[in-house]
Amino acid sequence: MDGNQMKKPARVVPDLTTNCAGIVSPNPFWLASAPPTNSGPQIERAFEAGWGGAVWKTLGQPIQNVSSRFGGLNYGGKKNIGFNNIELITDRPLESNFREMLACKKKFPKHAVIASLMVETEAEWEEFIARSVDAGADGLELNFGCPHGMCERGMGSAVGQEPKVNERITSWAKKYAEKYKPGLPVLIKLTPNVGDILPHGHAAQRGGADGVSLINTIKSIIGVDIDNYVPYPRVGGQSTNGGYCGAAVKPIALHMVGQLARDPDFQIPISGIGGVATWRDAVEFILLGSTSVQVCTEVMLKGYRIVEDMIEGLTEYMATHGFETIDQMVGKAIPAYSEWGLLDLNYETVAKIDADKCIGCYDCVAACRDGAHQCIFPATDGTRVPTIDEDECVGCNLCQIVCPVVDCISMVEVDNGFGEATWNEAVAGEKTLRPKKGSH
Amino acid sequence: MSKSESTSAQPVLQSDRAESVFKDFKPPYDEGHAVVEASRCLFCDEPPCQQACPTSIDIPQFIRKIATGNIKGSARTIFDANILGMSCARVCPVEVLCVGDCVYNHMGQPPIQIGKLQRYATDIALAEGWQFFEAGPDTGKSVGLVGAGPASIAAAHQLRRAGHAVTIYDKRDVIGGLNTWGVAPYKMKAEAALEELEWVLRIGGIDIQLGIGVGPGEGDLPFEELEARHDAVFLGFGLGEDSSLEVPGQDLEGVHGAVDFIECMKLGALDLGWVKRAAVVGGGNTAIDAVRELKGLGIPEVVLVYRGQEAGMSGYQHEWKAAKVEGVTASWGSQPLAFLGAGRVQSIHCARLDENKKATGDMFTLGADLVLLAIGQGKLGELLGGIEGIALERGKVVTDADGATGRPGWYAGGDCRNGGKEVVNAVDEGKRAALAIDAYLRNKGG
Ligand SMILES: Cc1cc2nc3c(=O)[nH]c(=O)nc-3n(C[C@H](O)[C@H](O)[C@H](O)COP(=O)(O)OP(=O)(O)OC[C@H]3O[C@@H](n4cnc5c(N)ncnc54)[C@H](O)[C@@H]3O)c2cc1C
Ligand SMILES: Cc1cc2nc3c(=O)[nH]c(=O)nc-3n(C[C@H](O)[C@H](O)[C@H](O)COP(=O)(O)O)c2cc1C
Ligand code: SF4
Repeated sequence: MDGNQMKKPARVVPDLTTNCAGIVSPNPFWLASAPPTNSGPQIERAFEAGWGGAVWKTLGQPIQNVSSRFGGLNYGGKKNIGFNNIELITDRPLESNFREMLACKKKFPKHAVIASLMVETEAEWEEFIARSVDAGADGLELNFGCPHGMCERGMGSAVGQEPKVNERITSWAKKYAEKYKPGLPVLIKLTPNVGDILPHGHAAQRGGADGVSLINTIKSIIGVDIDNYVPYPRVGGQSTNGGYCGAAVKPIALHMVGQLARDPDFQIPISGIGGVATWRDAVEFILLGSTSVQVCTEVMLKGYRIVEDMIEGLTEYMATHGFETIDQMVGKAIPAYSEWGLLDLNYETVAKIDADKCIGCYDCVAACRDGAHQCIFPATDGTRVPTIDEDECVGCNLCQIVCPVVDCISMVEVDNGFGEATWNEAVAGEKTLRPKKGSH
Repeated sequence: MSKSESTSAQPVLQSDRAESVFKDFKPPYDEGHAVVEASRCLFCDEPPCQQACPTSIDIPQFIRKIATGNIKGSARTIFDANILGMSCARVCPVEVLCVGDCVYNHMGQPPIQIGKLQRYATDIALAEGWQFFEAGPDTGKSVGLVGAGPASIAAAHQLRRAGHAVTIYDKRDVIGGLNTWGVAPYKMKAEAALEELEWVLRIGGIDIQLGIGVGPGEGDLPFEELEARHDAVFLGFGLGEDSSLEVPGQDLEGVHGAVDFIECMKLGALDLGWVKRAAVVGGGNTAIDAVRELKGLGIPEVVLVYRGQEAGMSGYQHEWKAAKVEGVTASWGSQPLAFLGAGRVQSIHCARLDENKKATGDMFTLGADLVLLAIGQGKLGELLGGIEGIALERGKVVTDADGATGRPGWYAGGDCRNGGKEVVNAVDEGKRAALAIDAYLRNKGG
């Protein structure tokens, strides 16, 4: 009866080769422009470990960084579920960067090396693009995303937040890319510090970009030293807002990637970034429309060798799901990413507790009583297995979310006799909605 | 020779084996627990746990793969380094190996349960029947391996990966060596060991000839013949029989070698209803296994009889602690001088030794109707006496770091080389020797 039920596809031998906006790499795992791509020797070690591509730490007029620069967000004993930084672009001499890029490309001709650039004037853009081409870059990524330090100088997210400026600089970059190496792909790295990502993606597309990368970091304050009254990370007695990233930002990034991918007028490829820590995260980004994924924070926390599991996990996922190429996977979840008004209001689930698995913590009882619809009750038979009043259960998932036991609470579909009916259809008077639950 | 046909098929274990009563001392993880434990791992760089593992399994990597749900990759990482990774997960003394070196110990927090995580991944791999390895392209070379214990199995598998033909000879009619018929059943039972071996043998082309002893003995396959049949030889015949005490009464009924007794318990049925009080002589790991096993088999009183003191036992303290919790007692500073009884043993006459294992002059008698001797196993090195180029040192086969003996093409690994260590050491030595044999055969050409 369930049309959602997946038939198990035949096992295939997947090819992980990735072509994102014309930038080809042996697999979709790229290092994002950040400390892990600060220098040639680092990137060479990363390629040896298995990374398919690397976006060089953003090059621009060299800056001076502060000490300290980073902060971690801990939650419930788990360290660094989120991360924040007030670091700027490269602080290394440009000559060193370009020299190392050339050497790296020589050693790893099949891997993707992408030059991330951020400068101000058109003349500077031309100069940096010419030098990137000389250094053998496989593509350019224009950093329109950095939310601190650089935007105050009219760069980074200051560009990314202004579609007109974005489009203009993108078109300069395209012009010079064509001049120095016809066909050289240009990616625009977008900032998430905007209300709606669409106008910014479109600006890049209008400017001629071959693709977009997102997200850069999110404006944030990671915490406050409550004894000394200074936000983190402390630079002497002061601090400033920084860019938030790491596992915690994945939902925000997924949304922005999905928004662009599902927009029929947005036609260029996406390199997905933000909170990718495992192969599963990468699969999610790809299913929501990314062609490659970029990783920064997890590598900063655990090193390049995490890519071994990412490659293996993705390969196995593709093999068991019948995907022979990355392209077959890209955007596979987009058709199911719909509007609220198109969701079936007559679809109904209720929670069920597996009494054999229940350990009697009553976390679900508290959650439902205080945070949902008051329909899970303590046991009355001395077992500590709660009972659920299914007539009142609205099927919100909260109890399942808080339950510590694997597969103990499941959300079971109820056949309520009502056919599919969306809000839009109901408003138009076309369909009947089932009676509301939990509105006592 | 009784059996000369190839018998890669498994012998069927009898169902009423005495070991069947035992439960796992360390129960397996379910998915939820495994993921929580795996997620605690710090993914250390230059990891001390990996350095402590004789087979150098990339432990942080296999654990991370459990955390991300890449169980297949996790099992591949384990088996790639240690083809008996499922057995080792159960039988390794992890407390003194990987787990003992987990950095959490320095934080006063429980170390990562590496053995249990390894078991989680490898159990799933076997249940799913995942195959990770293929035989290499045929090299036309063949290697003869003596003994079907962990050392030879690991060597044979590695040699098959390199494409060499292999034949294993074992004098017993069951494969796996002590890993099958020696390790304590609360760690692993024989059927689990055989299940893993059956999976390992699926690489194909590992010919196993059971019931064939190699050596100078009556009816054995002579070493010259072995050498003539193969391009290289691997010696993995382990250790010999239980040592005896050479005291009066040792031939009485009820006095047994501990390893011999354990083999009977692992592979056969036992009637021990008549035993009220059992004594195990020794202070090593076999002695501790034996007392715990006797307790588990339902013998009311079990006592360890050891010449030295508690602190000086060579057996692992964590194992001894568990034995004490299970109700085993000990008689320290006790040197058996004679076993007493009419036909069947009834007691042990002992001299009392002081802390320096010197006689105090005191004597005493200890009642026991079953006595197991766990004072070591003989060395089988003598088998090789007179073979040119093979050197022995206190019964152990002398080799270089890669297992090469002084005789070209002859290699050795496992207990017969190291004098008796763990399964994981045997696997490592077998694997190393196989890599060296591969290099030797490729250089030899022809
Ligand atoms: C009681 C006991 C408990 C143990 N418990 C553990 C434990 O919990 N964990 C752990 O890691 N280690 C344990 N060990 C040690 C471990 O079992 C050994 O280190 C390991 O099995 C050695 O492997 P091997 O291949 O060198 O030799 P073995 O396992 O001894 O195998 C040698 C094989 O060679 C055969 N053989 C012998 N002579 C000949 C011949 N002349 N011709 C043909 N075949 C021959 C034998 O039949 C045997 O199958 C234990 C040992 C004992 C005795
Ligand atoms: C310390 C640090 C420095 C960064 N520097 C740059 C940079 O120079 N250029 C850039 O485009 N993005 C930079 N980023 C952003 C990352 O490339 C990436 O977009 C962001 O961190 C989100 O990915 P993550 O969640 O995997 O970290 C930096 C991030 C961090 C944490
Ligand atoms: S991580 Fe390295 S650079 Fe940063 S504070 Fe520590 S030692 Fe210094």
